[in-house]
Amino acid sequence: MKKNLQLVGTAVPRHDAWAKAKGEQLYSDDFTMPQMLYGKVLRSKYPAAILRGIDISKAKALPGVRAVLTAADVPKNEDITKFGQMRDVGGGFEGLYKVLANGKVRSKSEAIALVAADTEELAEYACTLIEVDYEVTEGVFDPRESIKEGAYVVSSEDKDNIVMRTKVEDGDINAAWALCDVVVEGDYFTTPHEHAYIETEGGMAWIDENEVVTLRVGTQVLEHYRTMAKILGLPHTKVRNMSVPMGGGFGGKEDMTVEMYLALLTLATRRPVKMVWSREESMDTHAKRHPEYLHYKTGATKDGKIMAQEVSIVMDSGSYTYLTPWVQMYSTQAAAGPYQIPNVRVQSVSAFTNNTFSSANRGFGGTQVNFAYERQIEELAAKLNMSPLELRRRNIVHNGDPLPTGFIPQGHIALEELLAKVDKELNRTPKPERLPDGRKVGRAIAIGHMVYGRLTFLHDSSRVSLRVELDGSVTLRAGVPDLGGGQASVLCQIIAEELGLKITDVHPYIMDTHLTPLCGTTTATRQLYMSGNATYKCVSIMKERVLEKASSILGYPPDMLELANRKVYLINNPLVNIPFETVIGHISNDGGELELIAQFNAPFTEVPDLADIKSRLNPDLTYTCHGVEVAVDEETGQFEMLRLIAACDAGKMINKNSCEGQIEGGAVYDALWATHEDLQWRNGITKANNFSTYLIPTSVDVPDVETIILESGGGLGPYGAKGVGEPSDNSIAPALVNAIRDAIGTGLNLNKMPVTAEKILAAVKGIDIEK
Amino acid sequence: MSMHPITLKVNGKPHTLLVKSNELLVNVLRDKLFLTGTKYGCGIAECGACTIMKDKRSIMSCLVPAVVADGWEITTSEGLSKGDKLSPVQEAFVDLAAIQCGFCTPGMVVTATALLHENPNPDEDFIRDYLRGNFCRCTGYVAMSKAVLAAAAKMKEEAQ
Repeated sequence: MKKNLQLVGTAVPRHDAWAKAKGEQLYSDDFTMPQMLYGKVLRSKYPAAILRGIDISKAKALPGVRAVLTAADVPKNEDITKFGQMRDVGGGFEGLYKVLANGKVRSKSEAIALVAADTEELAEYACTLIEVDYEVTEGVFDPRESIKEGAYVVSSEDKDNIVMRTKVEDGDINAAWALCDVVVEGDYFTTPHEHAYIETEGGMAWIDENEVVTLRVGTQVLEHYRTMAKILGLPHTKVRNMSVPMGGGFGGKEDMTVEMYLALLTLATRRPVKMVWSREESMDTHAKRHPEYLHYKTGATKDGKIMAQEVSIVMDSGSYTYLTPWVQMYSTQAAAGPYQIPNVRVQSVSAFTNNTFSSANRGFGGTQVNFAYERQIEELAAKLNMSPLELRRRNIVHNGDPLPTGFIPQGHIALEELLAKVDKELNRTPKPERLPDGRKVGRAIAIGHMVYGRLTFLHDSSRVSLRVELDGSVTLRAGVPDLGGGQASVLCQIIAEELGLKITDVHPYIMDTHLTPLCGTTTATRQLYMSGNATYKCVSIMKERVLEKASSILGYPPDMLELANRKVYLINNPLVNIPFETVIGHISNDGGELELIAQFNAPFTEVPDLADIKSRLNPDLTYTCHGVEVAVDEETGQFEMLRLIAACDAGKMINKNSCEGQIEGGAVYDALWATHEDLQWRNGITKANNFSTYLIPTSVDVPDVETIILESGGGLGPYGAKGVGEPSDNSIAPALVNAIRDAIGTGLNLNKMPVTAEKILAAVKGIDIEK
Repeated sequence: MSMHPITLKVNGKPHTLLVKSNELLVNVLRDKLFLTGTKYGCGIAECGACTIMKDKRSIMSCLVPAVVADGWEITTSEGLSKGDKLSPVQEAFVDLAAIQCGFCTPGMVVTATALLHENPNPDEDFIRDYLRGNFCRCTGYVAMSKAVLAAAAKMKEEAQ
């Protein structure tokens, strides 16, 4: 590994920053083509119904309407959910995927029919002419009800609503309670969470001159082209996504969005088709973070050693499986938190309901349990009459400690340091009891652990290629979907660092399934780890080639040479050097290869026994700590966040700006999840389906995030980096609610989201709202 | 639907256009003038992705019928830079990494430009209050308010 890094770790602007600042970056909605049609989706009016018949004749007869399609028109309407994994897992892990509804409608806004027409208005009007004969059924909207025998069955394809059951167990939980002096127990509920990317889903599709169904759709998973090909009955080579950067993803663009609809409509009409969802359509239909009902029981000795924890989780999968089993494994594995607890039992079950389906959302099962275990720790500390900080210190995991699955993480665990730093910063001045305006002040800290990299039994891999041009500039080709985290730019930075170039010497060509090596998904906080390592491997081979050639020219051994400032030079005497492009010219003259591809594979494991998981599930984890100071108005229950400290061990920052941006943005992404971001689901209807009712943080709702970034070097990514994208949003929600608890002096009414002003006010008055 | 002729001056260029009564300014800019920097985000003037500048004030173009904009002079994000030369606000957004996915950026830089027209010496509270109508889901707003402060300082320096 290179010492004296020049570029890695600096705050160099990303390649795309200038175009974005000028408004010139093109997104999925910014393309048009001659003869383009507009596509619309007819969606179910009801959350639960049986489709008895669909009459499309009136819509089809409307002049200007070019296609009306239903499930019967889809070559293979039913498939299994795939998310770019290279390995078939099978079993209950990959559930049913349906393009258009048939049989039972499973949720409101499920897609029933597709229309393509000359104008958007016409397509929309044609949808109103489609007559759907619904037999409205009762439905079920709470997974605690839907798992019961005799419950309404959500699907027409299954006998019951269970998606998956799984368990992690360590030690002897039944015997452990006798060792505990103090036990706390609580029920927690976490609400569905909306990604609320500012760009709604959209894109366009056409058929090219080689009969390739071609898309321009921003997605976190380029590899969906394979599922599309299967559904259309085409070879994989005949579907292509020339993808574009996303205006935010956060997991919400991990499932397929408009891709299948566009492909079907363009094939039916032989014309380009565009489709863009309205904000309401987006919020009604795309996946949400899984709502979870959690029960925690935790016991400790009187000196604060946690001896036992028992957890049960019921997850709402909503209408389809999608990523539910994956998210469930994350929740189940992470449920006991970053604590060394000798006796643990975590049981979880996920089930269908007639709610909007649940799938990936930043944090991926980690956020829900993080809220519950950190609320639990706070109540345990109160009962032990011990500071929550001290209780955490006595129980956190350290290097070498196993997770309850038995797996010992290989990366560094920096919790001790993170806790100390956040505590010092949060309490740099003594906490006042009240502000001058009378509001009560509260402070709290919460910690979290979150994996980066995919489930190891998926056998994850990434490939990138690079080509050195004869003028010494470099083209990076990588199928890396960029959703705004700087996923592509960071790879350029690694190449420029290793070849001694400027970042502007490296040009990224990204996200085209026909022209870029597949990097795998921009999910699971995996791109820097996976594609960063693939890039490092690729550029290292090129670097070796350059050094060898320079060595033969300069007459010094390769290990005495280094690359910097577009030169190869002698380490102890930089006056002895040769320009980079001259060396490249020699390699080219001699027939050397200047175009390379390299693949990085994550650790591989076997599919675990779901009934009792006792193996490694992920490559490694990232650790976080959030500190919050709030002021609570005891007369209204309103609170204001005064300070927000976000700390994380990033292993190594590759791009300082991007790393800080993730940690700041991640903290704010979930800052108001627990309190304000409420979709108001009522019997399968999303009542808050736009930005005037669903309240995401604005610039006045959150304070400046104070970031503390550690660089332990103990990650599995390039230069010892860890992933930070998802970990950065995990422990903020419990930190906020625990700070409110600290202010009002009671944990009453604070365990179930949304933690509204009404609930806080009732808590202040000592009223248990559930009694 | 009846069509109406309107004239618009956008980024200094005059345009005469025929628009429908129900056509929105955001769509005219995007679909007829191909100024796709102005974004659709919510359609109800909540998120600010469609922000443009009229008479040095920022307004959201998604609720403005194009016929109402007849005779307007407006600036979009594309009109802030001069060729490759970024405006001080845009430059600060690049330098301080106030841009992640970039989808809110055009609206945000337009609002920030209007802010500095209104108040060339803003403090952070003023900035945060002014930007409250422009949603960003990526950054947490930290880098943005710093960028506006930096742009203010730069503009003052250039004016001297």
